[in-house]
Amino acid sequence: MTSKSEDVLLQVSQVRYKKGDGTLYLMSERLAWILDHKDTVCVSHRYADIKLQKISPEGKPKIQLQVVLHDNTTSTFQFVNRQGAQAAIKERDKVKDLLVSLLPKFKTKVNKELEEKNRLLSENPSLLQLYRDLVMTEVVTSEEFWASHASAYLNKNSHTKQPVGVSGAFLADIKPQTDGCNGLKYNLTTDVMEAIFRTYPAVRQKHREAVPNKYTEAEFWTKFFQSHYFHRDRINAGTKDLFTDCAKIDDQVLSKEMTDGVSDPLVDISSFEDTTLAEGYGTSTENSKGPGQNIVHQSMIKRFNQHSIMVLKACQNSTANTDGTTPQVNGTGDSSHRETQMNHKSRKRRIRDKITFEDLESTETAAPPVKLNLSNVERYLQGPASSDDATVQPVTESDLPLLAQALVRLKDEVANYPLHSPNHNLVAPTVAVNVLGELTPGGALMRAHHDDSFSELVQEPLAKEVRAIYASTCELLRHFWACFPPTTQELQAKAEHAYNALRRLHNARIKPFESRVMVDFSPISQQLTAHLNLCLNTAYNKYEVWQSRRKQLPPLPGNR
Amino acid sequence: MKLDIDGLPVLFPYEYIYPEQYAYMCELKKGLDAKGHCLLEMPSGTGKTVTLLALIVAYMVENPLELTKLIYCSRTIPEIEKVIEELRKLFDYYESVGKKLDFLGLVLSSRKNLCIHPQVSKEREGKIVDGRCQSLTASYVRERAAANRDVPVCSYYENFDAKGREAALPRGVFSLDDLKEYGKRHTYCPYFYARHAVGFAQIVVYSYHYLLDPKIAEVVSKEMAKSSAVIFDEAHNIDNVCIDSMSVKLTRKIIDKSTANIQVLENTIAKSKEQNANKLKDEYYKLVQGLRDAHKARETDVVLSNPVLPDQILKEVVPGNIRTADHFVGFLRRFLEYIKTRLRSQHVVHESPAAFLKDIASKVCIERKPLRFCAERLASLLRTLEIADQTDFSPLILITHLATLVSTYTKGFTIIIEPFEDNKPTVPNPILHFSCLDASIAVKPIFDRFQTVVITSGTLSPLDMFPKILNFQPAVCQSFTMTLARPCLLPMIVAKGSDQVAMTSRFESREDVAVVRNYGQLLVEICTVVPDGVVCFFTSYMYLESVVASWYDQGVIDNLQRKKLLFIETQDAAETSLALFNYIKACESGRGAVLLSVARGKVSEGVDFDHHLGRAVLMFGIPYVYTQSRILRARLDYLRDQFQIREADFLTFDAMRHAAQCVGRAIRGKTDYGIMVFADKRFGRIDKRSKLPKWIQEHLSDYLCNLSTEEAIQITKKWLRQMAQPFSREDQLGTSLLTLEQLEAKKDLFETMAQQK
Repeated sequence: MTSKSEDVLLQVSQVRYKKGDGTLYLMSERLAWILDHKDTVCVSHRYADIKLQKISPEGKPKIQLQVVLHDNTTSTFQFVNRQGAQAAIKERDKVKDLLVSLLPKFKTKVNKELEEKNRLLSENPSLLQLYRDLVMTEVVTSEEFWASHASAYLNKNSHTKQPVGVSGAFLADIKPQTDGCNGLKYNLTTDVMEAIFRTYPAVRQKHREAVPNKYTEAEFWTKFFQSHYFHRDRINAGTKDLFTDCAKIDDQVLSKEMTDGVSDPLVDISSFEDTTLAEGYGTSTENSKGPGQNIVHQSMIKRFNQHSIMVLKACQNSTANTDGTTPQVNGTGDSSHRETQMNHKSRKRRIRDKITFEDLESTETAAPPVKLNLSNVERYLQGPASSDDATVQPVTESDLPLLAQALVRLKDEVANYPLHSPNHNLVAPTVAVNVLGELTPGGALMRAHHDDSFSELVQEPLAKEVRAIYASTCELLRHFWACFPPTTQELQAKAEHAYNALRRLHNARIKPFESRVMVDFSPISQQLTAHLNLCLNTAYNKYEVWQSRRKQLPPLPGNR
Repeated sequence: MKLDIDGLPVLFPYEYIYPEQYAYMCELKKGLDAKGHCLLEMPSGTGKTVTLLALIVAYMVENPLELTKLIYCSRTIPEIEKVIEELRKLFDYYESVGKKLDFLGLVLSSRKNLCIHPQVSKEREGKIVDGRCQSLTASYVRERAAANRDVPVCSYYENFDAKGREAALPRGVFSLDDLKEYGKRHTYCPYFYARHAVGFAQIVVYSYHYLLDPKIAEVVSKEMAKSSAVIFDEAHNIDNVCIDSMSVKLTRKIIDKSTANIQVLENTIAKSKEQNANKLKDEYYKLVQGLRDAHKARETDVVLSNPVLPDQILKEVVPGNIRTADHFVGFLRRFLEYIKTRLRSQHVVHESPAAFLKDIASKVCIERKPLRFCAERLASLLRTLEIADQTDFSPLILITHLATLVSTYTKGFTIIIEPFEDNKPTVPNPILHFSCLDASIAVKPIFDRFQTVVITSGTLSPLDMFPKILNFQPAVCQSFTMTLARPCLLPMIVAKGSDQVAMTSRFESREDVAVVRNYGQLLVEICTVVPDGVVCFFTSYMYLESVVASWYDQGVIDNLQRKKLLFIETQDAAETSLALFNYIKACESGRGAVLLSVARGKVSEGVDFDHHLGRAVLMFGIPYVYTQSRILRARLDYLRDQFQIREADFLTFDAMRHAAQCVGRAIRGKTDYGIMVFADKRFGRIDKRSKLPKWIQEHLSDYLCNLSTEEAIQITKKWLRQMAQPFSREDQLGTSLLTLEQLEAKKDLFETMAQQK
């Protein structure tokens, strides 16, 4: 199982698991147990799979450590150090502490996929329906479903989801209420908690580390509200508590940003002045800084600024990519020279923006420039290298008029290209009218149409079911037809697979449905599934033809 | 478009023009023709800079002998960079119509912004950059380097010194970045190259100080022809800049540092006597000849020149008693001791320079004449002793500047010694202020030296004040309003809260809970109805702090945070920059934000809140200057005695120009729109209202002058709905925006208007 070599972080021998003595290993990514005098690994849990660990209470005769996995299976290890219970406890605690520090790191990764899928299903009802029809009826396996049928959702999920913002006043909204006996009650909702986490990543980190190993959820938040961190403006004493270093981290981040300075030349106040006079000149008294001012007020003001900045940051992290003002990455090389160049450019652009008067400019406005995102500058600058330059004839004097003519023609052509002209006609009006006529009931293409429309005969729940069946059938059909022509072995296999899936669906879903409809809604039973059956039969026929032909022909060469 | 201004063809780099831009050009042309000074007020955001540049460049093209140079002074680095970009645009336009300009336009800034030396340019502090540059480029360092290869020098300067002086910059426009790039390409030092080029460039853009501060002007802007036009843009604070450049302030710390400096000097002199006695002797003989000849001033050697004005420059021989190094150091020591004793005073002292001189003569026998030479003498000594990094000696240099100033000017200055701060009488913190009272002292040589000086800004009202306090006679004095196709600014005076308690920042009631609460409520209501950015200005930082604290207790802050993100200006520049940066980000992301800021602060002076960055500006209270300051009192007395300006008039003028400056931040152009809320009952009084710029006054109708919070909100809502309607160029054309044809048609109208005036 441990095919890759992994670092062994801790090794504890004399650990009993299911009545066998062995050695417990804590590796960098998993926990493993090997029976004494054997080479194979008996127990191996990835940290990511571990939900939590439990330890036997003090005083119990057995010194145990239990890990609970996400699927709620457990593994219990008993520490049986020969030197006695104390040593065993010591060893157990060692393991426990290491796990405490390791688990949070993996917690983020925990079942991210599963959660993601769950979320997707809950957010997309149609996908859920498909899932029900295809996976729950065991027409296709779950992996296959996610791999082939829901890939579109999986990939685009990052774009569809719009994150909820953070209110600027979320801290103010946690109104403390007195509970009548010298206590305060804070009302916390998951939204507020999420807001706090997003705005103050340091608190999230603390939460991850402390809950539930050290404190319970409630204890954690109580501590948070009691802390200096939350009440920074009020209590100025250097009280030490859980969140002291959170404040420190925040301050460090802020002061780093301050020393980095801001990129916008128009707001960088510290570089506004253009004098380098020593102190002592002038009448201004602004240098005499603050013993007169109220430090509490100042720190409060600082906190407001910090809060707003962090709220803003929390909201912008997710949208940073779509921000139009971020400079486009050009090339992979990253030298400081280029950076300063970019800096100059953006400065200049910013100033240019400021000085232009839009209403004074003439009306001709150019189309918005298309951003060119080059990942390889050299190739762009040099162009595709021609294999032999000799074939390119140098342009001679006599060619020039020809070239000019060609250019004019090209321009003409481009100008007259139908999509470019403002009101282009893709279809001639008469043709359009004809087609519309044929498509209306009674037209050439609508012969089969019945006037008594289904919508009157079919009730809503049935219609829904038909729609669902159509959706899943179409999905499978789509995959089936996508395999044709099956030119490679992979495609062949896939076609077979899809065919089988169709068959299964037919048996599992459509047939029962048809028989039910026959009983309940006899008059329309045939028509309702007629088209569906047509589709399926076409597919079956195709498959059969292909199969019979395949038997005659020699098998395709393997895919190279 | 090609305009014809009173016979002068002007190329204007846009297809359309605002009527006021045209009027501005007409007035400016008159001023240039008359070779007189101008005072022009035009609303911010109506394209002042491009108008000025277009006209003056055209004038220079047409009359190359009458006007040879344009010196454009602005206040902040971003402003300067904007000007240079406007200039580039103009140059590009000239080129696009086939008349390439044969001018050189460039920007000059401090070493900090121009240095390209790999190590030195890493420094952030301007002073340190200067110091390190000096230690690499001072003349004796270079002499030493010529003898000994190991002495580090700046290769960029060396190369510039070797070749750069002959190589002229190509024609065109050079911004800071362009200069740096040019410097890198040719391995020339951009700073010294720019300083060299300032002499012959046709258009120079730099900060006020390079012209107004004699200490710097003498180094940088010495050889400028009279036939130059000088523009002071954003000049509403020019008097304060003038005063600052001539004032000196001594604290205990500086005195202590100077004592240490003198000790170092003494040691160096002793050492240098042992090693090379001739050097000091040489200097002595040279000083006998006359100070000016003692050193052919090398450009790299001078940090700060004499603090007095060019016409006061000493042509005489250095007095005997400070000629030798030992004597001079002893002299300085005596002077310093004297100041120390003065700082020991237990009560506040007001003194005129004359009284100070008399006292110093009687107590420590220091005459006036040697005092005047102090600054020059120290500079000479520092050079002789080859002390490279003169920034270490800045406290002592400051002392000598005080000596020179106090002995040169007897009028327009005052000496105030405060033994402690007003609010902490038990903590001794003596400060000696040598304060300039008369702004005209620093600016007078500029008016005398150049044929045309243009003072312009968005807020100069009332226009009669500036000629008085700067003591000059403008040939043209004009205020322009903003022609608007829709009422895109909404000034309102909110006088009372919803509970009818008067809103005011009067000293007696500013801590009143009701007033503070009403201010809070007003802000919350405004934030509720106004989209995007809202900016508030408080009268002082202390007031801002206390109001924020009580708002926090009253829950106003929570309400604010529910509507918008909250950002607050602090006294720390870096922190404020970060807050501002994020404020803009918040506005841009559509979240909306509110910024609490301070009138007279850096934000109110240098940052624009155009379009969505500032849909509403609130001015909480009238931003009066701190009236208890003794320096201010002395200045007020002086203004009253010398210029017959009443105290109250000046204070109101000063407060209103800052208020106007604050609210004017929101409007940057005719497509922009913004609300201006003056939240103080006193704004409604006629003496305050009438001092607002004309372009704001015009829209401040009587019914907007005494509103309660609710009324203001109702008006705001209605107005915002109106503003939200689509607004296109066609709406503007003809009224607030003109094509060339329309301009021609209206020309007669302009002329008749001008005649009526």
